[in-house]
Amino acid sequence: MRNIFLFIRRYFTFLSFLALQVVALWFLVNYNRFHRAKFLGIANQITGRINTQYNKIEGYFNLNEENRRVHILNDSLLNMLPGNFMKADTTIKQVQDSIPYDTMGHYRRYIYRSAEVVYNTVSSQKNYIQLNRGSAQGIKDNMGVLSSDGTAVGVVVNVSPNFSQVMSLLNVKSTISASLKRSGEFGLLEWDGKDPGYILLKKIPKTVDAKKGDTVLTSNYSFSIPPGKMVGTVADIKVDNATGLYELKIKTATNFYSLQQVHVVENLAYDEQSTLLEDTRKKIEDVKKNPK
Amino acid sequence: MSSFLKNIIRFIIFILLQVYVLNKIPHLHRFITPYLYYLFILWLPFSISRFGLLITGFITGLSLDYFTMTPGLHAAACVLIAYVRPFLINILTPKETADYNYREPSPRAMGWTPYAVYVFILTLLHHGYMLLLEWLDFGSFLEFILRVVSTTGISMLLILTVELLFPRKLKFRTNTA
Repeated sequence: MRNIFLFIRRYFTFLSFLALQVVALWFLVNYNRFHRAKFLGIANQITGRINTQYNKIEGYFNLNEENRRVHILNDSLLNMLPGNFMKADTTIKQVQDSIPYDTMGHYRRYIYRSAEVVYNTVSSQKNYIQLNRGSAQGIKDNMGVLSSDGTAVGVVVNVSPNFSQVMSLLNVKSTISASLKRSGEFGLLEWDGKDPGYILLKKIPKTVDAKKGDTVLTSNYSFSIPPGKMVGTVADIKVDNATGLYELKIKTATNFYSLQQVHVVENLAYDEQSTLLEDTRKKIEDVKKNPK
Repeated sequence: MSSFLKNIIRFIIFILLQVYVLNKIPHLHRFITPYLYYLFILWLPFSISRFGLLITGFITGLSLDYFTMTPGLHAAACVLIAYVRPFLINILTPKETADYNYREPSPRAMGWTPYAVYVFILTLLHHGYMLLLEWLDFGSFLEFILRVVSTTGISMLLILTVELLFPRKLKFRTNTA
């Protein structure tokens, strides 16, 4: 007996080494069956907590990529919205050009393209936004621009091969038609160049029952921006004494300070619509000038 | 700072460095994982008891195992090098100069060549044993040998870098201390 104790004392380190090896190997071998259930549960809570903290930090580095991914997905979904399609009145027409139509007689009216903001200001009187898409990527003048939330941002005013310049709503020269959601009355959106958080909706008749908090949407009368897109909410109501019309102060739904990803909307019927408008004007005015 | 506290902080840094930096960076090759965390065991003071060394090694390996979800793998390798360490130190260092004058193994305490041999043998043992356990699970023998050689090489390079970048200010142990 004494010899056994002596033996243990003498080889204590070696024996403990063996014991720890056995424990480690036992962990390794039994990992699947037993370990996962018992020890790993507790250890997981600790390592999991540390991992969560780490992921919080790591997440910031991936945000940009993730943002772009979600934005592109949104873009593809926006293209599928039924609001992009119009039904042609075919009661009399017999022959149709087949390309832009689907079998139900709908044809595509709007195409969305995603783009990234590369330059943006809010501090100037005439603010422009630069996007990383240009004519080579299908951008043309007068296309509408929506933010990633689908709120109105502005209209493309100039394109280069790879970039395009957008006149944002925060530009004193910008005029975009918008309407009150509740009553449907439309007016013109303008900016007074003062506060980048607010724009003005002018030319609303006094008869309209406008209240604070009313939603303002883009109107049907704009060729560039699709109708029914959020512009903002009424923050203040004033009367322009000279004209007797309302001048509504609108809190913009778009946060122009943090614009990163946007959608560029193409109205496929833009050329047709604007040509028709021009032609009409010419026709009527020519008649006025040279009456027969 | 007490030696105990210093070693606890060192432990945390080594484990986190291994888990969140060395295991995360894109590897040069699928064979080669850069390992550095076991340097913690190599750096433990001379004065630690052999049993204490074994337990510390076991805990170090197991902590890493719980992050990599391979319980027992690193622990076994760490226990092995913790067991071998005192023998190597006895062989490689004349007792009078190192053991009594410095607190922990370092190039300055042992001299560059003995220290390099010390690190090399323990690195080889650690990787060899760990990869052997992995190889038993799957893989070919040639792959196993290649992995041992390449990971040992990478680890030696890392340790050399660490020793050059962070020279530990080891106090010369005197009687008054």
